[in-house]
This record gives sequence, C-alpha cells and structure tokens, in this order.
Amino acid sequence: MVVLIPLAKIAIAISILLFIVTYLVYFERKISAWIQDRIGPNRVGPYGLLQSPADVLKLFFKEDIVPSAATKFVHSLAPVISLTVAMSTYAVIPFGPDIEIFGQKVRLIVADVDVGILFILAFASIGVYGLTLSGWASNNKYSLLGGLRSSAQMISYELSMGISVVGVLILAGSLRIYDIINSQQGWMWNAFIQPIGFITFVVAAFAETNRLPFDLPEAEPELVGGYHTEYSSLKFAMFFLAEYANMIIASCLITTLYLGGWHLPFIDSATLSYGLMPLISVMIFVAKVLFLLFFFIWVRWSIPRFRYDQLMNLGWKVMLPLSLLNLMWVALLVYFFKI
Amino acid sequence: MNIEIVAFAILATIGIASAILLVLQKNPVYSALLLILHFMALAGLYLLLNAQFIAVLQILVYAGAIMVLFVFVIMLLNLQNEQALVDNFNIRKIVSFILGVVLFLQFAVFFLVKAKNDIDIKKSPDSIDAGSIQNIGEALFTTYLIPFEIASFLLLVAIIGSIFLAKRKIE
Amino acid sequence: MFNNLAENFYMIEQYIPLILAILVALLFSLFLLKASSLFGPQKPNVEKLTTYESGMEPIRTARERFSVKFYIIAMLFIIFDIEVVFLYPWAVNLKILEDKLGFFIIAEMFVFILILLVGYIYLLKKGALKWD
Repeated sequence: MVVLIPLAKIAIAISILLFIVTYLVYFERKISAWIQDRIGPNRVGPYGLLQSPADVLKLFFKEDIVPSAATKFVHSLAPVISLTVAMSTYAVIPFGPDIEIFGQKVRLIVADVDVGILFILAFASIGVYGLTLSGWASNNKYSLLGGLRSSAQMISYELSMGISVVGVLILAGSLRIYDIINSQQGWMWNAFIQPIGFITFVVAAFAETNRLPFDLPEAEPELVGGYHTEYSSLKFAMFFLAEYANMIIASCLITTLYLGGWHLPFIDSATLSYGLMPLISVMIFVAKVLFLLFFFIWVRWSIPRFRYDQLMNLGWKVMLPLSLLNLMWVALLVYFFKI
Repeated sequence: MNIEIVAFAILATIGIASAILLVLQKNPVYSALLLILHFMALAGLYLLLNAQFIAVLQILVYAGAIMVLFVFVIMLLNLQNEQALVDNFNIRKIVSFILGVVLFLQFAVFFLVKAKNDIDIKKSPDSIDAGSIQNIGEALFTTYLIPFEIASFLLLVAIIGSIFLAKRKIE
Repeated sequence: MFNNLAENFYMIEQYIPLILAILVALLFSLFLLKASSLFGPQKPNVEKLTTYESGMEPIRTARERFSVKFYIIAMLFIIFDIEVVFLYPWAVNLKILEDKLGFFIIAEMFVFILILLVGYIYLLKKGALKWD
C-alpha cells in the first residue's frame, strides 16, 4: 500500500500532465494565430484538434541523429536530466483539498513532504545541467553559446526566485505547500500582500522556463535553435516536453504561492454541501492555472525578446534588489501588523 | 530486512562507486557528473538521518550551485582527455599513496575502536525532527547567532575575492 | 549501528512517494530516449552527421574558451545562493521567534543582508555585472 497508492497517483498525474502539454502546444499555436490574425492549425481533425497528437506520433518515427563530433553519452544524458526534473517536481504540489473516495481520505498530492517548496527549487537548480550539458555535448557553436547563456540566465534568476519565495515562507511559517495555501484564505492572497514579490517571482518564472521574452538560449535569429540545435527525433521532443511541463509547474507554483491555491474569497465562507466543496476547489485551482498558462502564451506573442545584456542587468540590478526589498517589507509587516 | 538498511546500502554503494569512478575518469566532464551523482547519494543519506533540510540544501547548494561553477570551469578551461596531465610513476604518487593509507587507517581505527565505546550514537527520542527547518532555524538564530553573522562577513570576503581574481579580465 | 535507523521510519515514509515519482520520471525519460532508435529509421551518412554550421563546413571544434563573465556570474551565484539558504530557516521561524525576541530577530537578518549589500555595491562599482 505504501507503494501502490502513490504509483496510482503518479500514473494519473503524469497522464494529466502529458495531456495538458499536448493541448497546451495546440492552444499556443491557436492563440498565437489569433493574436497575429491567422487561422492556425485547422487541417488535422476538427478545428485542428488532432494536430498535436499527430506531431507527437511523427516525432516517434523520425531519425535520431547524433553528430559524429558530439560526446555521445552526455548528448543522450542531457535531455534525460531536463525531462526527469521537469516530470518529477509536480509530485509535491497539491491540486485541491482532501477528498473522500469510497470512504477513504485521499490527498490530492503525490508526496506531501515537509521540505515541499525547497524540493522544487532544489530540483529546478539541477535542471540547469540539462541545458549546459546539451550545449557542451553537441560540440556545436550555436549549442554551446545557447547552453551557456541559458545556464547563466537560469542561475541569475534562480536567486531572485529564491528570495521572493522567502516572503511567502515568512507568512506561511512552513515549507509545506498545504500550509502555504492555507495561510492565504479569504483575501489574504500573497499577490495582494506582497505585490513586489509576486511580480519578481512571475518574472523569474518566465526566465526559469526560458519563455519569451527570456528565450535567449533559443533566440532563433542568432543561435538557430540554441542548445537543442543538434537534437532531433524524440530527444528534441524531450526538451520540448520539458519546457512545457516546466511552464505548467511554474503556473501551479504561482497559483499556490501567490494566488491562494484553491481558495477563493466568498466560496470558502459559502455553505456548500461537503461533497461539492472539494470539486469546486479543484476547479478553482485548475482555472487559475489555465489563466496563468494563457498569460504565459499571451506574453510570448506580445513582447519582443530582450538583449542579453538587458537580461543580465534586469536579473542582477533590478530583480535582486527588488526581491530583497519585498523580503524587508514582509518582515516589517509581520512586526507592525502581526499578520 | 529493514527498508532503511536496504536504502542505506543502495545509497552507500552509489556514493562510494561514484566517488571511485570520479577519480578514475579521464574526462573531467564525466568526473563532474559523477560528483553530482555522489552529492545526490549524500543527500539521500542525510534524509535517512532525519536531516531533511540539510538533504535538500545538499542538492540546492552543492549539486545545484557549486557544480554549475565546476562545469563552467571545466568548459572554460577546455580540457580534453587528461592524457597530458597523467604523469609517470614519481615521488608525489608514493607520498600521496602513503598519506592516503594513513588517513584510511586513522578512520578505520576511529570508527571500529573508539567510536564504539566513546560516542553514544543512540538518538534521543526528540531527535526525530531534529533536522527539521524549525529546529535548525531556532538554533541558528538564537544559540549560534554570532557564527551566523560572521558567515555574512565570510560571504563578503568571498565576493571581494572572486572579483579580485577575475578583475584584470573584466575591464 | 543499524537499529537506530529503524526507529524513525515515519519521517522517511513521506519521501517514498517522492522517490517513486522521480524514478517514474527517469524511466519515462529513458523510454523516450530508447524509443527514438526503436521506431525511427537509422540511415546515417557522413554528411548528415557533420556538425550544423549554417551549411558551411564546421571550422574547428566548438569547445573554444569563452568569456570569463559567465565564470564570474557562476561564482557570484554560489555566494548569493548561500545567502538565500540562510534566509529560509529565518523566514519559516520568523513569526515564532518574533514573539519571543521582538524586533531583534528582524534586525539580525537586516544586519546580515546589509553586510552582503556592501559586497553587492562593491560589485556594481567594480563593474563586475557590466555586460557589454
């Protein structure tokens, strides 16, 4: 039982994650098409709904090319690191309050560990190697530059991300994500209490997921494909999958840390039947995550890419001081208002 | 069989194997990767000792931050296979071998003879969450306040040192 | 030596699902890695396996030395990351310790940050973060 129940949860969670990724790619293409006044994918299936599954299938039957100049083992290892990290951090994020199925209490989380949020940060810092090593192993100038840039970018924004989280931890008094969500009942969302931390965290999340305007590692016009220039077939798909999975996890994190998780003012106080409450909570959580995913896509197709010096200046000279400011603000809030 | 002993055996094997392979590797990038694996195994061992906060810091700081610098340095120096640096049998090798054996014997004597009698390795009942962030925080900011503040000076020195080392190249 | 390991099984228990999740993710990644060579065609030739360099013949290896600035960023990252690590236990316990110690606990961390801020200003003045 110690093993079987978690395995069942993992299977469900991974299936959901893969399903969302597949359709996230579809919606990204559709939304970008709408933003640019195009139609977008519409040939495969009704409204092009089968486009993404078709693309996945296609990638399965493509030739896997490893350049002869590359370091073969590391070349294969890099996507494994990226994807393993991206596909395991969901485990500590709860999707809703406890529910009851067949009289048994089920927690909507795979692993409720006491270091919760720190585990995500620690594992995200391991994810950097996926990009660095893929750039180095390919032995391609574009890849190496892309890999280097992305590692420097990710470690720079990891700092402000870490410091922004500290503000949340002060108010929650715990690393457990359940406690963090429960500290935000009613209107006590961290996004309202510490708006600066919220903004720095969201910006850092964009940088950590290498999304536009922070997609310098890829920067097609100058670096071709960046760190995954020399990857084809499913190895390329693994990086792609990791990027989108990271985006989903980042959205879940922003929701849990700053947007009150599954709490919504008025709903908490409303007298709903016990059976209905968890369902609505999960729906609220999903709605928030979906909105953030839309926001990710919306930003990507609206804002141009930074120049690399602008990116580093933003990270070290703006984000770092701002997140420290947020930390002091929260500490003083606790001292003066005892919230 | 206890699950923790099994976990300990697996982690210890990974740790020792990766450490040995690390030294034997000719390519420094593989060595760095093995060191990351070794740090992961160490994190697992900390977890078994109920030091969950330290375990996660082991990954965050050592495997996540310090190894990035290692990998950068290895890439920066652009060392290919280390054939050039493998020198022949010489006096340095003999000395380091002897010192290694002495160190090993020292540890062996300590753990087999002394530690058995002198140090009480039994845990007190409240040690189950001794490694939790709450306990560490409370100790760090009350009992060990001075070392904590001195740590910030050390970090300041490290900042200045790193800039001083790299300075002539920045300009 | 082993019997005291067994006493505190309950703490470890919560990490079993997490380790399972990591293993499942690892197996999934390895499956994808193998799948591409199982399903896809394998028709390599010399031209196909050359390094991509916009259609040109690759000039030397890509593993040239690169800018020392990346190296500085990595060093500074470690130092500030350690600072952040000190912030976590402080943040989690702030409310409890604030009841006991009052403003002192906040001042402790402000002093810590202030000392590091000196280093940060030194960095800015030396132009270590200048990226051109």
